[in-house]
Amino acid sequence: MTDFSVDKLPKKKPFSLQQDLSKFEKATPEEKEQHDVMRESTTFFRDGMRRLFKNPLSVFSMIVLLVLIVVILVAPLIVPYGYSEVIKVNGKRDRQIVNLRPFTYSPMEQQAMEEGQTIFPHIFGTDELGRDYFIRVVYGARVSLMVGFFASIIVLIIGLLIGSISGYLGGKVDIIIMRVVDIIYSLPDILMVIMLSVVLNQVLGDSLQGTVLAALGTNMISLFIVFGLLYWVSMARLVRGQILSIKNNEYVLAAKALGAGGSRIIRKHILPNCISVIFISTALQIPSAIFTESFLSFIGLGVQAPMPSLGSLANLARGGMQIYPFKMLYPALGICLIVLSFNLLGDGLRDAFDPKLRR
Amino acid sequence: MLKYSIKRIILAVVTVFIIASITFFAMNAIPGGPFAKEKAPEARIQAVLEQRFNLDKPLGEQFVLYLRNILQGDFGISLKTGREISTTIFTSFGTSAKLGGMAVITALIFGLALGSIAALNRGRNLDRTIIFFTTLFVAVPSFILATLLLLIFTNTLGWVSAWSIDSPSYVLPVIALALYPMSYITRLTKSSMLDVLGQDYIRTARAKGVREQKVIAKHALRNALIPVVTYVGPLTAYILTGSLVVETVFTIGGLGTHFVTSINNRDYPMIMGTTIFLASLMVVMTLVSDLLYKAIDPKISFD
Repeated sequence: MTDFSVDKLPKKKPFSLQQDLSKFEKATPEEKEQHDVMRESTTFFRDGMRRLFKNPLSVFSMIVLLVLIVVILVAPLIVPYGYSEVIKVNGKRDRQIVNLRPFTYSPMEQQAMEEGQTIFPHIFGTDELGRDYFIRVVYGARVSLMVGFFASIIVLIIGLLIGSISGYLGGKVDIIIMRVVDIIYSLPDILMVIMLSVVLNQVLGDSLQGTVLAALGTNMISLFIVFGLLYWVSMARLVRGQILSIKNNEYVLAAKALGAGGSRIIRKHILPNCISVIFISTALQIPSAIFTESFLSFIGLGVQAPMPSLGSLANLARGGMQIYPFKMLYPALGICLIVLSFNLLGDGLRDAFDPKLRR
Repeated sequence: MLKYSIKRIILAVVTVFIIASITFFAMNAIPGGPFAKEKAPEARIQAVLEQRFNLDKPLGEQFVLYLRNILQGDFGISLKTGREISTTIFTSFGTSAKLGGMAVITALIFGLALGSIAALNRGRNLDRTIIFFTTLFVAVPSFILATLLLLIFTNTLGWVSAWSIDSPSYVLPVIALALYPMSYITRLTKSSMLDVLGQDYIRTARAKGVREQKVIAKHALRNALIPVVTYVGPLTAYILTGSLVVETVFTIGGLGTHFVTSINNRDYPMIMGTTIFLASLMVVMTLVSDLLYKAIDPKISFD
């Protein structure tokens, strides 16, 4: 190593602009310490997560959702009843088991219990056909969550694809896509969902029989189709806007100069920079899909009969509202809790991950 | 402004046309004609019926005829009741419009007031309470809210009488309809109010010695109103679709109830007519809201 100590440097020439090192002081160890990296450098994602976990409301909503998901997954393994199974005692039909209140037993069950059998309690009671209501609510929540989740995924995929194409290519393609988006955007979504559900119900009708999709029912399929047809537009608009603002950055130009292709630039440079905004609006799409599903269930266009959803359970419970208010309470609470948690989580995510919206 | 208005009006007309065609062709894709039901009438009678309703013509021609009839206010005849659909729509729409209008006004007044209060008391308990409740209300579907209100105030407490044609009680349905948009407007107003309160012209007004009430009412609230105006379109759409369920729950014989009944009855001409009617209404309201927005705030450009 060359020695750079002050005395051994060559003599400074008269008109040289070379710094005179003898005029500098060496840094003391304390001063050197100040330049040490005090804390680990953090990535954008980690920083966002830290903020998210600092927000009590988002933590609360995450805990609620986590508990719900665990219950939804675990409960069917523990509770010995099926969601469409009419409860029988000793293999016999029990006529008095209908509309039981929570944690009560029918006379036949009580008799069986006195004989030494163990009967799993009806945590939420039973419904008008003698099915265990707890397991129906659990499956209902499962269906509602799945609907919300898949609908959002469909919207995400289609919106992302079309939005990025439109934003990246620009020009005529962009103009045409944006006109289509404008028109779809101005269609009243709920009315279109209703109409297409009515139509698809009749058109798809029996053709689904025997397939996996049959269990979901034509109404849910049409809900997904409608989400795929209509709801992608706001996502596409969002993605396009993001891409347009990122497209003109220097690093994109640099990537282009290095010969990167269009899809590589979208995947590696543009998407990572707008992913948080997209992620948040996907999270916010879930409660809106759950809302739509419960609304459709209410007007009689929901999931297929034995399959419960929170909306259809709440709708069915309206009939005996005054006598059995608890039957309304559980699915209603379920919907409110899920939607509230997703709303709070979405707000929290937005505060944590979108630096532009931070106040 | 004129150019923009014309552009928006053309877009609205195109949208209504597209809605009408989607509805028409989708409904016609349903297998089986309206007369091919349980008891099929004689072939001769069927032919006469089909001729009467233009069903013997090609689909394209039927569509043109249907559009022409709609423009003249003729939506055809209901399959279930046999009545003119236009009569049903226009008589029942009065009730729905009254209910919806009251809900819109309630949502706007309370939303703006609560939003401003929350913004002015930022960080205090009053603000927290308002935001807590509005966050909560946004998560309650309108049909559940309507059912709960009905159960508590009519059936259990007996404070509000049930709906009847002679003595319509609008209180509960209006609350059920307005609570969600009210909460939304509250949050919207709060954030836009906070935005405005941080602006230089508010400081200038205060520095000039303008009284605080005047600063709020004249300088802040007026500018904070602008984002709320954009919500008028979605608000109408929400109220119209919300009225489908709320009217059904409260057994109000408005357009919403007729629509839901026709869906359950698979009364296709009625579904078609009501869909087109409601959709056109929503498109018009969105148009009005966009034009208002542009008129209020000339800075905004939509291109």
